[in-house]
Amino acid sequence: MRTFSIGGIHPPGYKLSAGKPIQRAALPKQSVVLLNQQIGALAVPVVAKGDEVKTGQLIAKSGGFVSANIHAPVSGKISKIDLIPDTGGYKHKAIFIDVVDDVWVDTIDRSDVLIKDCNLDATAIVAKIAEAGIVGMGGAAFPTQVKLTPPHGKKVDVLIVNAVECEPYLTSDHQLMMEKGEEILIGTTILMKAIQAKRGVIGIENNKPDAIAHLKKLSAQYPGIEIIPLKVQYPQGGEKQLIEAIIGRQVPSGAFPIEVGAIVQNVATVFAVYEAVQKNKPLFERIITVTGKSVSRPGNYLTRIGTPLSDLMHEAGGLPEDAAKVIGGGPMMGKALVNLSVPVTKGCSGLLVLTEKETLRNEIKNCIRCTKCVRACPMGLEPYLFMTLIEHEEWGKLEKERIMDCIECGCCTYSCPSARPLLDYLKIGKSKVGEVIRTRKQ
Amino acid sequence: MNLTLVAILFLGAIGLFFAIILYLAARRFKVFEDACIDDIEDALPGANCGGCGFTGCRNFAEECVRSKQFEKLLCPVGGLETMVKVAAILGKETIPADPTIAVLRCNGTCLHRPKTSIFDGAISCAVASATYSGDTDCSFGCLGLTDCVNACKFDALVMNPETGLPEVVEDKCTSCGACVKACPKNLFEIHKKGHESGRIYVACMNKDKGAVAKKACEAACIGCGKCEKVCESNAITITNNLAYIDANACNLCRKCVEVCPSGAIMEVVMK
Amino acid sequence: MAPHIHSGDSIEKKMYGVLLALIPAFLVSLYVFGWGSLIVTAISVVSCLTFEYLIQKFLLKVKPSITDGSAILTGVLLAFNLPSNLPFWIIIIGAFVAIGVAKMSFGGLGNNPFNPALVGRVFLLISFPVQMTTWPLPGEHSYIDATTGATPLGMLHGHFGQLPDLSSMMLGTIGGSLGEVGAIALIFGGLYLLFKRIITWQIPVSILGTVFVFTLIMGLVSPDIYHIGLIKTACPAFHALTYALFHLLSGGLLLGAFFMATDYVTSPMNPRGQIIYGIGIGLITVLIRLFGSYPEGVSFAILIMNGVTPLINTYVKPKRFGEVKK
Repeated sequence: MRTFSIGGIHPPGYKLSAGKPIQRAALPKQSVVLLNQQIGALAVPVVAKGDEVKTGQLIAKSGGFVSANIHAPVSGKISKIDLIPDTGGYKHKAIFIDVVDDVWVDTIDRSDVLIKDCNLDATAIVAKIAEAGIVGMGGAAFPTQVKLTPPHGKKVDVLIVNAVECEPYLTSDHQLMMEKGEEILIGTTILMKAIQAKRGVIGIENNKPDAIAHLKKLSAQYPGIEIIPLKVQYPQGGEKQLIEAIIGRQVPSGAFPIEVGAIVQNVATVFAVYEAVQKNKPLFERIITVTGKSVSRPGNYLTRIGTPLSDLMHEAGGLPEDAAKVIGGGPMMGKALVNLSVPVTKGCSGLLVLTEKETLRNEIKNCIRCTKCVRACPMGLEPYLFMTLIEHEEWGKLEKERIMDCIECGCCTYSCPSARPLLDYLKIGKSKVGEVIRTRKQ
Repeated sequence: MNLTLVAILFLGAIGLFFAIILYLAARRFKVFEDACIDDIEDALPGANCGGCGFTGCRNFAEECVRSKQFEKLLCPVGGLETMVKVAAILGKETIPADPTIAVLRCNGTCLHRPKTSIFDGAISCAVASATYSGDTDCSFGCLGLTDCVNACKFDALVMNPETGLPEVVEDKCTSCGACVKACPKNLFEIHKKGHESGRIYVACMNKDKGAVAKKACEAACIGCGKCEKVCESNAITITNNLAYIDANACNLCRKCVEVCPSGAIMEVVMK
Repeated sequence: MAPHIHSGDSIEKKMYGVLLALIPAFLVSLYVFGWGSLIVTAISVVSCLTFEYLIQKFLLKVKPSITDGSAILTGVLLAFNLPSNLPFWIIIIGAFVAIGVAKMSFGGLGNNPFNPALVGRVFLLISFPVQMTTWPLPGEHSYIDATTGATPLGMLHGHFGQLPDLSSMMLGTIGGSLGEVGAIALIFGGLYLLFKRIITWQIPVSILGTVFVFTLIMGLVSPDIYHIGLIKTACPAFHALTYALFHLLSGGLLLGAFFMATDYVTSPMNPRGQIIYGIGIGLITVLIRLFGSYPEGVSFAILIMNGVTPLINTYVKPKRFGEVKK
């Protein structure tokens, strides 16, 4: 079984919502569409208060090279453009839409008919993806069209589809593969065409044998696409780890995957690409896993962007009483939510309710230098050393020890017997060192 | 000659030999510098706090000797007293500057500002603020995770467990500015210490609209503008829903304190 | 803060895991030396705990952390390195040096550069050489007036006596410090630690491997060094093998390799460094045993390599992901 070569951990899976069919979540009364859903520049609103919009209509335009279009996820009337606290509690601009019916823009093909052929050329495909406002749906929300435009002179020979879903609890990608296998394969073919790669690989962690078998069966008709089962090991879905596991090449420190001739796309993104290119449907809804040990109806919900998370929680049976923490994303890299009025964004893959017992952090003790963090680190770094250096503000040394290689996977904090908040400090260190590097470059 | 004597003489000779080498080396490599620097360094508090803007007391002393604009230099820790001494060493005059003190521009105590979430990460404001806005609905206020207390070299900041806010100890604060740098929410301000009647400042940094701010914290400045209108000396300005009092213009009339509907304007009265 | 879940691992789990792994060796020493070993261990553990508590409570004024198991472990390991008839006051001095000097004065758990139990042991060895090297004979169950004898290594070093055969060394019916005699029990404990992933293979394997290879070579190139007691056969290779095994099983090597050298705090921080560290310990041990004036060198070897650890940490880095080849 293929896997990456350095570090890694084995957290328990808890895939409670596995096999739960994708359900359509009810439309909210008011949809709140944040303008900072993607990494990069804010989107610029092209509608004003009082405007009537249809589902799928462009409401905010990409605000720069690294940015993405945003489309109305519902139909109705723009009630205001105002600030709303995001998941971290900081306030950001958002478009508020009062929902009236559900009238879609008529260019969108709403039928279930599979469209296999795509006659567009590479540039047209990328343009269509950009138009549809697709971003990386694994969590980072990096605009997809930017990723598909490799710098001049770099050649891509393999497209890797990240269907690993190595975060515990999350099952949305798994369910998507089970129900939309064919669409994903077509999407992969389209993306391969867009970057002119001959080979496409879908990497799936081995705890989803049904999805592997299903896609393997279907992939026979799609030349160039290979399904590769991967060992169950976190962070198998880390971009650099996945590339190493699949093609055996390590992305050099500080470089992008393109350096080793690979581009990685999340499986949900691939599905969105299919819908955008073949069905003219922009990205305004996505599948979200709502789960947790005490959640009464854990499941995978097809949710419109902008739906308040509290509505989604309600869909799954309401917030359980023993909930201590609600997390956007998975338990390893997700972000704890400050409140539930935050709306769904394009990068949100899960809504996880953890009980007090699960999230309890032990008392922080001295580092006993047990090397657990060093052995767990998938990048071969030394988190214990980083923490000491950060406490002493040795930014120069931190850079030399390659803190910028950290992928913030959380393996170190997860495995520390002294319950030291290694990653908390590492994030600070990374931002400080990043600052130092930027100032030096100027 | 017995053995003891041999040993003593031998070791003595070695000692003398190296003493001579050291002496010659010291002569040979002596760096000439202004003797004033040493004197000034002695007169300085020696805390190496960096409050003056230089990396340590020695650097500040060098700058004092070198600088053509001596009047602009100030050791905030030693204050005027120290600068008079330094000026005496250099044979210069100094202009008396007003003493200053750090003030915390947040009054979001546990009573005023209900907690809406719990932070379980590292006990560090820097870490917390990088993650999220804070454990209350106010995204501008104090996180209470003691970065400033740790940064203070003079024990002048103490956490009050009841309010969850740090408090400035009047006579220990040297206004070195370490807390200003340490606070990720930028809540500290080096403020004029004021005369007998103390000082008046807005203990809030919330730039949200009035209703939002008020909902998050009872003691929030809601930007209503009453203080601005009532101020005799035009010391108060309101930008981004937040009032600011210019300490240099303020004449400490206290009118703004009386009209403030939320009690965001703090006054410290000296006894 | 992400990650929101934790492996549930803790210092306590690790420390008590090591203690659990030491139980078989303790039982062997009870069988071999009787009540003496229990008394020595009890005194050592109690005094380590007391010193840790007193220092943390009154000198450092922090919350005492005696329940985390690290002081108990230091106490047990110290006791395992002592003869079972050692006077109680010497043990207390050893415990004081281990906890007070070697651990707490550097800032407590996690900050000590040298293994506390070994510092205590070596301090006693140098200060009280007579008491520390008078080992009761196996089967002498008295604490107070046991007949004493030498360890197998002592016999080898001093060229006297009849060396025990390998099987009694495996079982532990030989003279020595109380925790170092039962080879099987120690190996069993070590395998438990490896199985529970409390320790990793790098350190023990590199130490034992180095000692084995080094002594095997020595046995082959100068066959006359193993002349005493060992079964003589015609085959020199078999001699050398017996000789190497003898070194592996004797003295504190197994105890050291599995339980002392693997001490988290004082060993290097990455697999590569740990192998270098293990090889260093193995080499120094054999050098002291063969060419030094002490019959046994594991404690010194570990302490010396403890001292080198920061250097190893600085220069030997783990294998980085995506290392740019120069």
